[in-house]
Amino acid sequence: MMKRKPVYGLLAEFETPEALLDATQKTHAAGYQRIDAFSPMPIEGLSEACGFEQTKVAPATFIGGAIGASVGFGIQYYASVINFPLNIGGRPYNSWPSFIPITFELTILGASIACLVAMLALNGLPSPYHPVFNVPRFALASRNRFFLCVKARDKQFQLADTRQFLESLAPFGVYEIET
Amino acid sequence: MSAASNCAPVAPKSKEQLLADLNSCQWRALIIGIMAGIICIVDAFFSPVQFFRSYLFALVFWISFPLGGMAIVMMNHLTGGLWGLPIRRTLEAASRTLPLMLILFVPIFFGMRILYKWAQPAAVRADHVLQYQHIYLNDWFFVVRTIVYFAIWIFWAWLLNRWSAEQDRTGDRRIATRLESFSGPGLVVYGLLITFGSVDWVMSLEPHWYSTIYGLLFMVVQGLAALSFGVYVARRLSDYEPIASYVNPQRFNDLGNLLLTFVILWAYLAFSQFLIIWSGNTKMEIGWYMIRAHGGWAGLALFLILFHFFAPFVILLWRNVKRRMNTIAGVAVGLMFVSLVDVYWLVAPAFQPDQPKLHLLDFAAPTAIGGIWIAVFCRELKRRPLLPVHDPDFAEAFAHGD
Repeated sequence: MMKRKPVYGLLAEFETPEALLDATQKTHAAGYQRIDAFSPMPIEGLSEACGFEQTKVAPATFIGGAIGASVGFGIQYYASVINFPLNIGGRPYNSWPSFIPITFELTILGASIACLVAMLALNGLPSPYHPVFNVPRFALASRNRFFLCVKARDKQFQLADTRQFLESLAPFGVYEIET
Repeated sequence: MSAASNCAPVAPKSKEQLLADLNSCQWRALIIGIMAGIICIVDAFFSPVQFFRSYLFALVFWISFPLGGMAIVMMNHLTGGLWGLPIRRTLEAASRTLPLMLILFVPIFFGMRILYKWAQPAAVRADHVLQYQHIYLNDWFFVVRTIVYFAIWIFWAWLLNRWSAEQDRTGDRRIATRLESFSGPGLVVYGLLITFGSVDWVMSLEPHWYSTIYGLLFMVVQGLAALSFGVYVARRLSDYEPIASYVNPQRFNDLGNLLLTFVILWAYLAFSQFLIIWSGNTKMEIGWYMIRAHGGWAGLALFLILFHFFAPFVILLWRNVKRRMNTIAGVAVGLMFVSLVDVYWLVAPAFQPDQPKLHLLDFAAPTAIGGIWIAVFCRELKRRPLLPVHDPDFAEAFAHGD
């Protein structure tokens, strides 16, 4: 049986976006991998500072688009060449230029469905419960405060050491997050 | 941080160094341009017909940079956004070369009879379609129209540049509003005039054929060429101060996305024109594609499908490509070359319907015009600050920069 950790992680509160960005960079540089930053508005460079390089959403979108394109073209090819060949204005059965608009539409459809599904599957939304809300002050994350969360799942996470490290970043406060 | 090291692998060079390097670039370009120009002039005596054909192709390609550049600057004024920060001054400098393009256009006026069937009295007498078109397509009206297009473009570019300089000098916030409200109508005027211009200069080479998408296709060709040029120059300038401190992978990511948009838009318009003509399948319309999709021209058409759409489309989908400055600059250079091939494929088949026959002048003319154009561009680039520091949109970026 896996031992269940008593806390979800630690949450540090900052007063300015610059302080959050700086703290995030330092935390990532200190070797922490499983960190997350919360801000009321987008901050340029913040996701990179979290070590957030690539997501699987892009490849999933590409694959969805490729499937859409193949299905779109294939279905028209099958209908007009194999299943029910019709002579229309003396054109060849495989009149590919006329297949392109539908192929294009299905490419977009496949790509957008794959993008949406992959995004929801990977970020775990909709999520009715998240431990960070156990910290009452976290409500300010949608108003005027900036939060950095180091999760207990991180290999380097030691409650006392990590707390000490976060304190060294001059936050407004550091809170334990209960699971 | 890794982003910073990505940006400037070596210590950025100084402003003085930039000035010196721009000077040497200017002189090198001028010398190459003049040498190629001499080859053109000498060769023009042996094959005057070929001279005008190559010259028209070269001119139509190089005019993309000032006109497309002006359009993109207006787009940036209109939409705002940090993506314009590293390229605005470059493209403004490009738009200030429009008077040069008008001067370079003058030889075409002398070659009209050679280039255009509608300007040859014998051809007009033998063809009743040309007789109907004569009211619009005739020598003096062609010259007047071209001069009018240029006059309006030069006036517009002059105003945009003047206000931009005023903004640099005074820092007055209201100027940004003025630039914005002037750019909307400016884009409409640009779109209308380039539609007329492309019909006059290129489409009328084959006076029996017409397509209403043609002007839009030219806008995309010009926008793509100018944006690629902007990206390439931004990469070169980012080795120097002051640009080095303000560019980062995100800016190049934005520009890469915009390049991708232009590539897709080109494919959309080029294919729409083809699909409509292919579906209609009427004798009057298909001739244009019959020439361009057969014989040696088919190879070029395939090249364009692959390298004007598929290859850049797939490459520009990757985030890593767009965030690495050297890679995206390489893609931009490739797109400029492909645009050159595209213009050749649009113009040259009108003269050689059977096979593409590359002549020495097909290389010398673009080199001559290009060399002279780049020299004038460098001269213009040196005259203004490289960053629009008083643009309200960019203020935030400057606040964050060191």
